[in-house]
Amino acid sequence: MIRKSANEMAASLASGEVTSVELTKAHFARIEEVDVKVRAFLHLDTEGALASASVIDERRKKGEELPPLAGVPLALKDVLVQKNVPTTCGSKILQGWRPPYDATVVKNLKKNGVVILGKTNMDEFAMGSSTENSAFHPTHNPWDLTRIPGGSGGGSSAAISSFEAPLAIGTDTGGSIRQPAAVTGTVGVKPTYGGVSRYGLVAFSSSLDQAGPCARTVLDAALLHEAIAGHDEKDSTSIDAPVPKVVEAARRGDVKGVRIGVIKELQGEGYQAGVLERFQESLDILSGLGAEIVEVSCPSFDYALPAYYLIAPSECSSNLARFDAMRFGLRVGEGSAEEVMNATREAGFGREVKRRIILGTYALSSGYYDAYYGSAQKVRTLIKNDFEKAFLSADVLVSPTAPTTAFKIGEKSDDPLAMYLNDIATIPVNLAGICAISIPSGLAKEDSLPAGFQVMAPAMADDRLYNVGAALERELLAKWSKPLLDFAPELA
Amino acid sequence: MKYDQVVSAFDPVLGLEVHVELGTKSKMFCGCATLFGAEPNTQVCPVCLGLPGSLPVVNRKAIEYTIAIGLALNCSIAPYSRFARKNYFYPDMPKNFQTSQYDEPICKNGYLDLEVETEDGIKEFRVDIERVHMEEDTGKSLHVGGATGRIHGADYSLLDYNRAGIPLVEIVTKTIEGTGKYAPLVAKAYVKELRDILRSLGVSDVKMEQGSLRCDANVSLRPMGEKKLGTRSETKNVNSLRSVERAVRAEMIRHAGILETGGKVKQETRHFHENTGETTAGRSKEQAEDYRYFQEPDLIPIAPADSWIDEIRKNLPERPSERRKRLQSAWSVPDKEMAAMVNADVLDLVAETVELGADPTKARGWWLGEIARIANENEKWAGELPISPVNVKELIDLINAGELTDKLARQVVEGVINGEGSPKEVVAQRGFKVVSDDTALMEAIERAITTQPDVADKVRNGHIPAAGALIGAVMKDTKGQADAAKVRSLLLKHLGQSE
Repeated sequence: MIRKSANEMAASLASGEVTSVELTKAHFARIEEVDVKVRAFLHLDTEGALASASVIDERRKKGEELPPLAGVPLALKDVLVQKNVPTTCGSKILQGWRPPYDATVVKNLKKNGVVILGKTNMDEFAMGSSTENSAFHPTHNPWDLTRIPGGSGGGSSAAISSFEAPLAIGTDTGGSIRQPAAVTGTVGVKPTYGGVSRYGLVAFSSSLDQAGPCARTVLDAALLHEAIAGHDEKDSTSIDAPVPKVVEAARRGDVKGVRIGVIKELQGEGYQAGVLERFQESLDILSGLGAEIVEVSCPSFDYALPAYYLIAPSECSSNLARFDAMRFGLRVGEGSAEEVMNATREAGFGREVKRRIILGTYALSSGYYDAYYGSAQKVRTLIKNDFEKAFLSADVLVSPTAPTTAFKIGEKSDDPLAMYLNDIATIPVNLAGICAISIPSGLAKEDSLPAGFQVMAPAMADDRLYNVGAALERELLAKWSKPLLDFAPELA
Repeated sequence: MKYDQVVSAFDPVLGLEVHVELGTKSKMFCGCATLFGAEPNTQVCPVCLGLPGSLPVVNRKAIEYTIAIGLALNCSIAPYSRFARKNYFYPDMPKNFQTSQYDEPICKNGYLDLEVETEDGIKEFRVDIERVHMEEDTGKSLHVGGATGRIHGADYSLLDYNRAGIPLVEIVTKTIEGTGKYAPLVAKAYVKELRDILRSLGVSDVKMEQGSLRCDANVSLRPMGEKKLGTRSETKNVNSLRSVERAVRAEMIRHAGILETGGKVKQETRHFHENTGETTAGRSKEQAEDYRYFQEPDLIPIAPADSWIDEIRKNLPERPSERRKRLQSAWSVPDKEMAAMVNADVLDLVAETVELGADPTKARGWWLGEIARIANENEKWAGELPISPVNVKELIDLINAGELTDKLARQVVEGVINGEGSPKEVVAQRGFKVVSDDTALMEAIERAITTQPDVADKVRNGHIPAAGALIGAVMKDTKGQADAAKVRSLLLKHLGQSE
């Protein structure tokens, strides 16, 4: 049962073949069995999950009509607040904090009857591409336990690829949903900025952060997307428009006549040969299905990474100022408020977080603002313009999701720049506020590890991602004759 | 240095920053209540506590109020303005940044015309307004232990976040030049006129004592004829209109003392002390703080529709200065009396009493007379006393009906202020009753004549002023409950005299 898709589980629940309590228990059993190796979770809410599962079962027994995902378990990235459940953001500074409120995403999940199993590991405050920056422990890639599961949402991607949960929520500031999906052979979507409420998502970089679905199939991701998306008056940047019809698109999967633009700047040097090979194969498949392949150029993308590493740290230096020991979380030291604040922040934040706070503080300082933050904002506009131009000749744009497959744990820990480069293909999407999906494109020849195929679409055209993704997924599945994850080694 | 010497040697330049807490029912970025004086930390939520994950949503009413203020101050309203984060650490500021406006304020370039009452008559000044912008208030720190109540030397501090997130509007003037010796009066008149405008707009309760209107006064001096501005100080903790005038005057004298002896004024924050009338140094501002302003990514720009601005403009109330002119002519009040009402700040109270149907002259008499006297005695403003225009109207009605004498009415005012109830209730409880029964009065008059026969003779012989002694005796006899005018007419008639 646990290897089924969420959609299949939902069908089994609806037919009475299994109860939500049984399904939830089965997942907890799996977690018990394999999470000692994977270490995807930071906190399990066994009691809460079983309680909500049994409520769903009761309601179903009474003959109530339930939402599509009612009773299906899910893993929640620990950057979203859930009432009375520990929320750490992978940081010591929030240790012991139990939020007094639910994030809107969590509220929507509860409204849809989704059973939240627990909170997943992540790079501290979502800063990283490997989940090694978690203050608690690294998470291991189920394909090879010596490798990273991607980041920052490595806990969520590892949980679904190791069958600890069929669904997960991630957040994507520069690729934190898509890159983990790519390196674990799963599906991850960064919705349009403003498509999913940020209320209750602990901010790393407010203008870039976006929560989205992680799943094993395109349809599952679409079902979850529809459950969490929509306008929220508590988030001023939330878009007041109907949610794109993503489930319908995921069921359609028809690319005939769709213009697919290959971004010239997102391939070639720095990209692993096996990753590029899988990318080309997917392109050929889409072409064979009747899609029109065109090449587009986005020259400003060369500046995306530096612009991102000014904007995100600048915003984070301000967003993370509130962690000061005054009202919640860790408190270290004695003496004046200032001394306690200093000691707490010194003890509570990890190295990468401090690095970015310092970087951002510097970039916003008077005298440097124009050269750094100001210029980065201009680059952001140029990148948006590049995308707009590209979308004139293509309905969707494509690239490999990440330049490489999963690297070894520890391999890039001492080289932040090498780590940052892993997000080269995902960052432009965040800077422009548009949407993108990563779907598994197969295993790279040289290391037999999963590679990801990224599809990008204009703002509020999220349905296009699912349409193209579903078509590609269907053909690849036929080619492999079984789901990609079935090629992964058995963990138990 | 004497003030006269200061203003003959130096030319003062002012800059005034006024912070106003808006009277919206809910906070700037969340739905929490804004009641003053609630139990600490009872009007808070994840947003105004700055809890991780929470996000701000702008209060539309606060924007409406700010636009109204801008329009009333003749500002232009920006078609597009943004919020910015002002970053600095302070325990009572939940997010460790204040959501404010920086280079894109909502209102710009206005002015306010003042009529300043001086020893040389009424002088007119125009104060130019640089900007009006929105921001959120901080929480409050209460420093416990130590001698000063300030953070240094305190044993510990308590934090109350009820105020955190209450909408504030900051109104900043351009430099105010050319006021000369009237500078302190202009400063006071500006804050007063601004306060009256804000009150008339209904956007704030503008209580300086409760901190809903706060003024920071920037003062600098330059030698007469010099163009270049001198170094300024910024005086805070100016909590009343009187303090505005005193603080500016004190700073002018202090600066002059430094400059005269060849010293240099330090650019710093000063604290005004109401009891001594002096200022002391606060934190030094020689090194400008770097607030790392950047646009608030959690909020979208404010782009008020023209139709909305027009609607707000259409609903602006009458300007206080115009209203004063209108009332003065409607009530036929002499200039001096009008100024007295404005100075005692009882114009609104008189107007309300008149609106209830009272005679303007009588209403003015009570608010400027007995009530003002009691207010002065208690070092309060008449409006703070527990006596309302409704009470005063009732009092005047009782006098008109002959149920109270002026003397008794003064005691009734005292009773109302003491919390004994409405005028009618005070009259009933204290057993006041005007003796209007002619027989009883005549008996008292007879007694007075018997005890003072000489005086009575004088009156009989036509020396009318002597009657005062007899009337006084009658009033005493009747415990003040007689109508003196009636006593007088009965007495004179009885002694064969006429008015």
